[in-house]
Amino acid sequence: MKSVFKIVVVLMVFATVVACKKDTRPNYQFMPNMYEPVGYEAYQEADVFNGDMEAQLPAEGSIPRGGHMPFEIENTTEGYDFAKATLTSPLDSTQIDSQRAGQLYDIYCGICHGKKGDGKGKLVTREKILGVPSYDDAGRAITAGSIYHTIYYGKNAMGSYANQLNEEERWQVVDYVLNLKADLEK
Amino acid sequence: MKKPYQSLEDNSTNNMIQVIYRQLASKIPYLGLVILLTFSTSLTAQEGDPVKGKTLFNTNCAACHNLDRPMTGPALRYVQARLEEEQGLGRDWLDKWIRNSAGMVKSGDAYAVQIFNEYNGTAMTAFPQLSDQDISDILAYTATDPPKKEEVVKEDGGGDDQGGVSNKLILGALAILFALLAVALVLVRQTLNRFAQEKGIEVAAKDKSLPIWKAFVQNQFLVLVTVIFFLLASAYFVYGYLSQIGVDQGYQPVQPIHFSHKIHAGDNGIDCKYCHSSARVSKHSGIPSLNICMNCHKSVYEYNGETTDKYNKAFYDAEIQKLYAATGWDGQNYTGEPKPVKWVRIHNLPDFAYFNHSQHVEVAGVQCQTCHGPVEEMEVMYQHAPLTMGWCINCHRETNVKVEDNAYYTKIHEELSKKYGVDKLTAAQMGGLECGKCHY
Repeated sequence: MKSVFKIVVVLMVFATVVACKKDTRPNYQFMPNMYEPVGYEAYQEADVFNGDMEAQLPAEGSIPRGGHMPFEIENTTEGYDFAKATLTSPLDSTQIDSQRAGQLYDIYCGICHGKKGDGKGKLVTREKILGVPSYDDAGRAITAGSIYHTIYYGKNAMGSYANQLNEEERWQVVDYVLNLKADLEK
Repeated sequence: MKKPYQSLEDNSTNNMIQVIYRQLASKIPYLGLVILLTFSTSLTAQEGDPVKGKTLFNTNCAACHNLDRPMTGPALRYVQARLEEEQGLGRDWLDKWIRNSAGMVKSGDAYAVQIFNEYNGTAMTAFPQLSDQDISDILAYTATDPPKKEEVVKEDGGGDDQGGVSNKLILGALAILFALLAVALVLVRQTLNRFAQEKGIEVAAKDKSLPIWKAFVQNQFLVLVTVIFFLLASAYFVYGYLSQIGVDQGYQPVQPIHFSHKIHAGDNGIDCKYCHSSARVSKHSGIPSLNICMNCHKSVYEYNGETTDKYNKAFYDAEIQKLYAATGWDGQNYTGEPKPVKWVRIHNLPDFAYFNHSQHVEVAGVQCQTCHGPVEEMEVMYQHAPLTMGWCINCHRETNVKVEDNAYYTKIHEELSKKYGVDKLTAAQMGGLECGKCHY
């Protein structure tokens, strides 16, 4: 009888040790002070910041380093028309890297606009998102400026892609879209 | 007598047939007229085809309009009838509006200006390419009745629940049965013993020979071997336990919003870098900010894909509502009161190890799945790889550096190939094993 009791105790101890490692909780660490950073980590919760979040918006009017110019056209219908009429790409033909632009286009735009720009991306054919126009849509008659404005601010159901693509990448994609448009109009 | 009668009959039938023919003949023009009218009406574009209209609506209008809820523009179900009723505006007004709404606003049409201002001064794209027939088709589609929502009686789910309960019942019954059996056995033994006592039978006593454990203790060699065996075995388990400390392989926390990578990356085929765009350019592959969710979920407000009992449509729809609550989206506008989501970080390297996503994703062109596993099949995200140093080193030893079309490596590749006398370089040969590359 005693031996049975002992076996049960050993099994219970074993079970508690094993049960400590649960998939929904992180494991133990050796010396957590070497694991946890002293500085603030991206997205960390920290009470010194507004809303207890490390992730904060940059101060208004800040300009990222690396020659990015602020975009001064406003997010209004007039701004869109102004961009459509006047804005042109700062990239010359030597700076255009259509291979990289194509990769970016396939990641960020192709999922809805289709790899050919005909408005038949995977999300559209699966009827998740509707109303994606083809780039050769006559009523819209897109130009480099209007494409850039739309990527920057979004339009109608489309959201802004300004935080996924930087200025140079946006202009690369604009050029790629214009090529797709020319192909569609052939 | 018979013949005249017959002839009379023949005659009368003939007459009747003639009459019938005459009637038919007189109706032919009417029929023709009806057929002509039906065709001519469809030719003059009074009746639209709702099926064609649906395709046209989906390609041209659905970016801003839904049939039943306002989006960028108003909801459009029964738009023609409503306009007629409420504003007294007919089809010609709609034609003008669709083809050139901005022009109408400029010319100061009262209702056009009112709509324009109601929807934050957003001008509707002009559709000069739509023909009268196209507009009729679209209007016919907007005039269709909404599909009746079928109250799905959850008989299957109920049945499953009952099944679960009955399983538990069966298990409980079995447990009780075994308990009863055990009790019965004890009782039987007791009665047998009592019988034996009453009949005066001695229950055979066990031999008082040397017990086995005493024999074991007396054999010193055996004791030594056993002790060594137990020490080694426990060392093995202790080593195993200690070496998994700090390893979070399989870590699968419950996130505040149930985000299914299976639906997004698997079924819908959205590229990893669409949401985790910072993996291209930064040390971190950040948790996407919610505006990226809203790129699609502004218009995707319900789930219509495959479901299971646990993850059903109501469950997914509730999760989308959580997203709306977090972004402060009321279905049409942002209220400006976001509630940030406290996502639980899964992959986490200790602070003393440096890892850079952009270096691996952009420069080396490593697939995300190499380290993160089959994410596109994960309903709930978990850590696939151990993320230990041995695991890093192993990959650096085995992986050939992708040098084709990689301007970053052209020069160093040539020099190192000469040095090692090999054609293909591994990450290790480029210094991927040096301590200071990751620990500094």
